[in-house]
Amino acid sequence: MADTSIMLLILLGVPLVCAAALAFAGDRKFAPEINILCSASTFAAGLGLAVEVYMQGPMLAGGKFFFVDAFNVYLAVLTSFVSMTTAIFSRRYMRKEREHGRVGHRRMRFYHAMFQMFIFAMLLCLLTNNVGVLWIAMELATLSTVLLVSLYRTPTAIEAAWKYFILCGVGIAQALFGTVLLYFAAEKVLGEGGEALLWTNLSRVSGHLEPTVLSLAFVFLMVGYGTKVGLVPLHNWLPDAHSEGPTPISAVLSGLLLNIALYALVRCKVLVDGSTQSHHAGDIMMGFGILSILVAAFSLLRQKDIKRMFSYSSIEHMGIATFAFGLGGQLATFGALLHMLVHSLAKSAIFFTVGHASQMHKTQQMDRIRGLFRGNPLVGWGLMFGVLAIVGMPPFGIFTSEFLILTATIKDAPLWTPLLLLGLGVAFAALLRKVQPMVSGEIPPNQKPMKAAHLPVMLHMALVLIIGLYIPDFLNQWFHTAVGLLK
Amino acid sequence: MELTTVAHINSFLAALVLLTAFGMLVQKRIYGLIHLFAWQGLFLSLNTAIVGYVAGKHHLYISSLLTLSLKVILLPYILHVLIHRLKIRKEVETIVNIPMTMLIGIALVIFSYHLTAPVRELSTLITRSTLAIALATVMIGLLMMITRRHAVTQIIGFLALENGLFFAATSATYGMPLVVELGVALDILIAAFIFGIFFFHIHTTFDSLDIEQMARLREED
Amino acid sequence: MTVVPYIIELLQIGVLIGLAPAFVGWVRMVKCWAQGRRSAGLLQPYRDLAKLFSKDVLLAENASWIFRFTPYLVFGTAVLAGGIIPILSIDLPLAPTADVIVIVALFAIARFFIALAGMDIGTAFGGMGSSREMMIASLAEPAMLMAIFTVSLANRSTSLSEIIQVIYSGQSVIRPSLAFAFLAFVLIALAETGRVPVDNPATHLELTMVHEAMILEYSGRHLALIEWAGMMKLFLFTSLGIAAFAPWGIAAREELSAVPLALLYMIIKFGVVGVAIVLIETGLAKMRLFRLTEFLGAAFLLATLGMLAFFILD
Repeated sequence: MADTSIMLLILLGVPLVCAAALAFAGDRKFAPEINILCSASTFAAGLGLAVEVYMQGPMLAGGKFFFVDAFNVYLAVLTSFVSMTTAIFSRRYMRKEREHGRVGHRRMRFYHAMFQMFIFAMLLCLLTNNVGVLWIAMELATLSTVLLVSLYRTPTAIEAAWKYFILCGVGIAQALFGTVLLYFAAEKVLGEGGEALLWTNLSRVSGHLEPTVLSLAFVFLMVGYGTKVGLVPLHNWLPDAHSEGPTPISAVLSGLLLNIALYALVRCKVLVDGSTQSHHAGDIMMGFGILSILVAAFSLLRQKDIKRMFSYSSIEHMGIATFAFGLGGQLATFGALLHMLVHSLAKSAIFFTVGHASQMHKTQQMDRIRGLFRGNPLVGWGLMFGVLAIVGMPPFGIFTSEFLILTATIKDAPLWTPLLLLGLGVAFAALLRKVQPMVSGEIPPNQKPMKAAHLPVMLHMALVLIIGLYIPDFLNQWFHTAVGLLK
Repeated sequence: MELTTVAHINSFLAALVLLTAFGMLVQKRIYGLIHLFAWQGLFLSLNTAIVGYVAGKHHLYISSLLTLSLKVILLPYILHVLIHRLKIRKEVETIVNIPMTMLIGIALVIFSYHLTAPVRELSTLITRSTLAIALATVMIGLLMMITRRHAVTQIIGFLALENGLFFAATSATYGMPLVVELGVALDILIAAFIFGIFFFHIHTTFDSLDIEQMARLREED
Repeated sequence: MTVVPYIIELLQIGVLIGLAPAFVGWVRMVKCWAQGRRSAGLLQPYRDLAKLFSKDVLLAENASWIFRFTPYLVFGTAVLAGGIIPILSIDLPLAPTADVIVIVALFAIARFFIALAGMDIGTAFGGMGSSREMMIASLAEPAMLMAIFTVSLANRSTSLSEIIQVIYSGQSVIRPSLAFAFLAFVLIALAETGRVPVDNPATHLELTMVHEAMILEYSGRHLALIEWAGMMKLFLFTSLGIAAFAPWGIAAREELSAVPLALLYMIIKFGVVGVAIVLIETGLAKMRLFRLTEFLGAAFLLATLGMLAFFILD
């Protein structure tokens, strides 16, 4: 257990300390390197923790304050990994942004500090056992990114950040009310005090929790955390926020924060299912999921801004994952977990390439970006593969997860299948249609060459490909354990 | 203190909280809004202290003090300073007219009463009847955010919403565990700083705090 | 068949008719003091009424029977309402037959006829005053009913005597719903009796008048009766408020001996209310007519909140 505590300490402590350090040193030349180093050590700690859990099963730490099981440690590893690669990407990207003059000294410090703070908040959210602290960490994660979205101080950036702040703030407030109701129900069974908010205790007694109160609580939690996941109709802030901030931030927001919000939602769903013994909560999630898929897919057709388009794609994929978690059952849950992983990797890779592409052309409008294959093969092919992955082409990983989810749908809820297929199909067509002109063709006059960050994109795409072709044993085992926990 | 007397005082303070919420809903002057918000915070912290005394939960005293310092003193002060610095116009326009807003507010109160019925049946606390009022305050805060066009009023609506949530916590469960309360207070403080910074940004970029100005991000057709 | 209730009833009506002008005189006196002027004295309204009674009535040629009938009707309904509201004692023979809803209806009849009379002659100002009065009424009446209902719910009866009975028997407690209802009632009373901020009783400018515009054409004893009825309306609203919210001092059943004491309490309470009215009137400015909807909407809101608070909190 001592090992676990040490890992946890590093996992949470390093980002926090780094945030403080970068608040002062964030605009120095070596600041991005510090960022990468800290993220790397966080990742190492995450891997260590994962190995512990793999060997020994779920465990409590920090006097029941932290709880690590297969579900959240897998997300913790994913989070720290993507943060690390994003930090690598951010180094090249932000250097270019500084050359273009879009960010100044003080803002760089702020950016780096908040980046690490964001990682801290996300990891805290994942690893805490206390449902109340889960909420606090989620809010902290939102707050740390709000001012990052408006980093460029343009009118649209400020508008996007304001919308993000207000809409997510309101949503999260609903989630707090849901948490209060949850505590109310828990108090009856577990007594007062901090014990009643611990997830381990709650899942143990979920059968005894009052069903009416939990159903009511779930509605609020769904609305609250669902807003953060970006489910329609609560998604209004997402396209704006993800398209206006600096690209590394868009990558982590799309790739990581949405996952974490979904994690929170699923944890609560497990409790509600245990209490109501019905598929009620799952049905609600399925409804929201399908709605998100369809609305996002059709919205993809109308987009002109590249980052906005991919944000809608994030909404769609989160809809798929929500739908699958709502469906429940072994196959669908496995598919959902896999989907969270590969979507995260692929989407962040896409955002990396998109970031470079928009820097090369100094615009985010898709009709002004052309000839990426010739201009910068890494960016061009990276984008192409990324899009192929994200629309679910085999042999990439997303095909596997979507296939699993479809199979589960046909088996357990056949009437939803046509809707699911419709959404997937429309997204497929829309994305390919939009991306094709961007990557092919001659180099346009407004394109400037640049050095891209190689490693993150290649690493992510390689991982997505490998997982698509062959799921390693430990990963398989991991998912199965998580599925078991989510029954 | 006699239990029913306390229940009455509790109900009274709850009613006053609701009254201030409605007052904020129909108020057009910004300084009036801030003062009403401060009053709401005061009633809330009084209520928390009284519940803490009767139920014997001493951590509620800390919550009460926290609410007092944060919502009655610090936040209104910050808002005052902001409004003064930014030379904001002292009146706010509404999207929906006032009588209509009031009717919607009343409908929300009835709605939240129905919604919290299951909790009320199960609760054994003396404060159970005030949960409906708390939820109504949350919804009225939400209504205020929707029907106003000014950034400051949106924020005050948001803070009123948080007030309602805090009230809900004390009514349903005699307050959340202290660590949660502290965390929530911290979040609110950070949010306050952020929106302060925001106002400056908005004001510098848009030269006004009218939300309608910020409507450029939409789908292209 | 005791005679005592009837004596009390007559006494009460006598007090109403006799002391209403004194109350208005008191309000004017305090207002003058507040504004640093010299007042005309407590008995000035009596002198005004006497002056009006001694003057001739000047009728327009096209005045119909409504115009001539209205002053008597208005005076009569005011007296009748005074017979129902417990001012000195709850031991009134008319009490079992009528409750607060009847009181509201009586005022409504009076208002209806005055509005008609305003339009009767056909002058522009009369019509304008009538339409404004009706607008205020359409907003104030639901609010008043709502406020009254809240009090009735709290005290389980719509008859004022019953309500006071319940309060005396100690079953009623201070509830937040009553506080809301009280606030609402104050706002509505200001609207119904035509005080600032709804209507300025001392205005001479026709465009700002509401009540005064409707009675512009009256003269002589007709005007005297209408003015007297207006004073009685203020008196009645005050006593209605006191009966519903602060009735301590009103004599209980079968206590003729307690009546003089009740009279004393009444005078004290009215004195306090008069000062309160003056404070409100000098503190606020008359509102624009279009903002009246908000004002009365707020009153309705408070009343509804009171009713909801009753269900939710009690």
